[in-house]
Amino acid sequence: MKAQRIVSIVVLVGLIISAAVWYGINNHLLPEAAGLEAEAYDRLFNTMVGIAFGVFLLIEGLLVFAILVFQRRPGDEEDGPGIGENLRLEILWTAIPIVTVLWLSIYSTLVYNRMVGKEPLTIAHHHAHPHTTYVAMTEGEEGVTEVDVTAMQFAWIFTYPGTEVTSGELHVPLGKKVRLNMQAMDVIHAFWVPELRLKQDAIPGMTTHLEFTPTRLGTFNIVCTELCGAYHGGMRAEMVVDTPADYQKWLAEQAVAQKQGKAIAIKPGEEFFASIPHHVPAHIHHVINEELVR
Amino acid sequence: MTTAVTSYSASRPEWLKYFSFCIDHKVIGIQYIVTSFLFYLIGGALAGLVRAELTTPEPDLLDPSLYNGMFTLHGTIMIFLWIVPAVTGGFGNYLVPLMIGARDMAFPRLNALAFWMTIPAGLLLIASFFVGPASTGWTAYPPLSILTDQKAGQVLWILSIIMIGTSSILAAVNFITTILKMRRPGMGLFHMPLFCWAMLATSVLALLATPVLAGALILLLFDICFGTVFFNPAGGGDPVVYQHLFWFYSHPAVYVMILPVFGIISEILPVHARKPIFGYKAIAYSSMMICCLGLLVWAHHMFTSATPDWLRIFFTVGTLLVAVPTGIKVFSWIATLWRGKIHFRSSMLFALGFVSLFVMGGLAGVMLGSAPIDLHVHDTYFVVAHFHYVLFGGSVFGIYAGLYHWFPKMTGRMYNEFWGRVHFFLTYIGFNLCFFPMHILGLQGMPRRVAQYDPQFTSLNVICSIGALILALSTIPFLVNMIYSWTRGERASGNPWRALTLEWTTLSPPPTENWHGEPPLVTEPYAYGISSHS
Repeated sequence: MKAQRIVSIVVLVGLIISAAVWYGINNHLLPEAAGLEAEAYDRLFNTMVGIAFGVFLLIEGLLVFAILVFQRRPGDEEDGPGIGENLRLEILWTAIPIVTVLWLSIYSTLVYNRMVGKEPLTIAHHHAHPHTTYVAMTEGEEGVTEVDVTAMQFAWIFTYPGTEVTSGELHVPLGKKVRLNMQAMDVIHAFWVPELRLKQDAIPGMTTHLEFTPTRLGTFNIVCTELCGAYHGGMRAEMVVDTPADYQKWLAEQAVAQKQGKAIAIKPGEEFFASIPHHVPAHIHHVINEELVR
Repeated sequence: MTTAVTSYSASRPEWLKYFSFCIDHKVIGIQYIVTSFLFYLIGGALAGLVRAELTTPEPDLLDPSLYNGMFTLHGTIMIFLWIVPAVTGGFGNYLVPLMIGARDMAFPRLNALAFWMTIPAGLLLIASFFVGPASTGWTAYPPLSILTDQKAGQVLWILSIIMIGTSSILAAVNFITTILKMRRPGMGLFHMPLFCWAMLATSVLALLATPVLAGALILLLFDICFGTVFFNPAGGGDPVVYQHLFWFYSHPAVYVMILPVFGIISEILPVHARKPIFGYKAIAYSSMMICCLGLLVWAHHMFTSATPDWLRIFFTVGTLLVAVPTGIKVFSWIATLWRGKIHFRSSMLFALGFVSLFVMGGLAGVMLGSAPIDLHVHDTYFVVAHFHYVLFGGSVFGIYAGLYHWFPKMTGRMYNEFWGRVHFFLTYIGFNLCFFPMHILGLQGMPRRVAQYDPQFTSLNVICSIGALILALSTIPFLVNMIYSWTRGERASGNPWRALTLEWTTLSPPPTENWHGEPPLVTEPYAYGISSHS
């Protein structure tokens, strides 16, 4: 009887662990990654989702089992057994979570340091910068595409230092490290590209930074995630990841176009403003015109 | 012990005392519960409008700035006028003196004052909506809250929160004094029911953290009204300082909203499973551990703000450690059920529902506590899902569990069990339909606090809105059951659940000053199945 019980517990624990591992690998909860940082993120995310799913199955399983098995029989007015403690069990369910969360803290720290550029993501491509920090970056590093980002109610504006280019669309070259230097003109905004798994507030009165290395060609949504006013939900832009050659071509075209005085479309903000002009204060149109249609 | 109690002449109807400056802790407790529930209905109606707007990706139902005002008022009401007053003012006031054998709270007049501050504060908050709603979220981050077009509404919002906060501080002082000084002779701290431990931890948190929020809001008020620049970058102020001050209170506020509910669950499970609470001391200590850790993790709300790296790591470790005392509670609750004889009454259904939903919220919370994971999901619907799992699946389910459990004690009548069960199943199904899909929405890329969103998210949002509709309907059987049973329900005995804690040793409802004669001494409030009792 006792051996049978041990066998069934071992089998159940084995099943829960297998299900947790399977779900950790196959959860498909995130959009497909498009950056080196996102790949590091996804490994941590899948690990945590797997562990969370295992714990979920364990606790909900015990709860459902208790509900099904320990029901009072009709007419039974007796109490259950007067057991109120078991020191070994209590030490076990204190110690295992402590070890688990400390391990997750260390793993999180390692991934965090990689995601914010304190540690290299791939040794072959990038050399380490142990002394740079997230808020105080060194300037003019080789091979890094710098873009100045200005956030305002309710648009993103991207300027490329060293060129004349100002755009409502962020273009970045594939496989090269990109550094955004972000400023906000009015209130706090936050820059988020879900496929990059990175987010950083743009805060008026200071410059904040975000670094990433795109690994997939395509067009991705840039979403503002900090409540910034009535049209916060419409504050979107697009990030286009080009091949390095296409990226250079785009920069050159933009420079020419802007010398000829052509207006630059901001997308999709422009359509958004056009659709509800009476809601948008006049000064915002003015600001956008000044910034973009120089 | 206090003996000051307002006496009523026989000619005055009994119900009038609920509309007066009554100093009886039981009346004040019920005043808090009923008042906060009315605010819950208002907050719920606002949530219904928000969900109606979100059935389509376009901002077509409400004006976008009105939409922002609505979710701001929804969040503010649910936190400050529903959950905090219901769990601390409501259950805390009603139960703490009864559970420790006291005649009343330590400071009965202060207690009544604290309650009567919530009414003008609530009216002020509702009024702010009509002078131009505060539309900056319940966080009111500057500079948005300084530059807002709705300055009058924002100022009234701030004054209302300061008034509620003051009420909360007064209540905290009262609870700490009552629990430490007013216990019946012979009742040691470790003889107290676990709800009292939870209220002690809650009150310490409220007392230490709330003044910081009040300070932050006063500085914000000066920035808005008098041109100071504490947080306004246009004059050299720092908006990030506000975020630190705000979250120094508002993260502990999460524990103010959940710790008393942990206490409620620890009371209900043993009674209806007919087993002693498992690990009494571990649960008591874990409340105090959550209290200490809860004060040291606030910046996990600021991982995407301008936070130094070392601080992000520190707050990651601290936040993940909160899972340890919380896990101790969850495992102890399940062990309490183990080999018990479970009675599936409405209160027990909500308590079991609480455990199942809180686990989900807690696991998402561990993920959010990790700084790198948070970089992606911060300010998305994943966060909205998480905090509704802990505040609705947690706190509100716990409040419902407590209302059914203590309904006979509070009113002297029995509620209808059938409609209680209908209420539970509708709430459980509606809740999960409404909030589970939000995890996926957030992970896939939908930010929070938006009236318009990417059309790829439409179908999940429609499911959420259907869930919200079911949730709205679920309150109808509850309300009808409560109102009908309170006036016409079957009379309840002093102890219909055969419970062992001290509040069940007196009449239902208890007389003024709680016991005729001396309250009995109960040193083992959970001795089910132990031969010394029964």
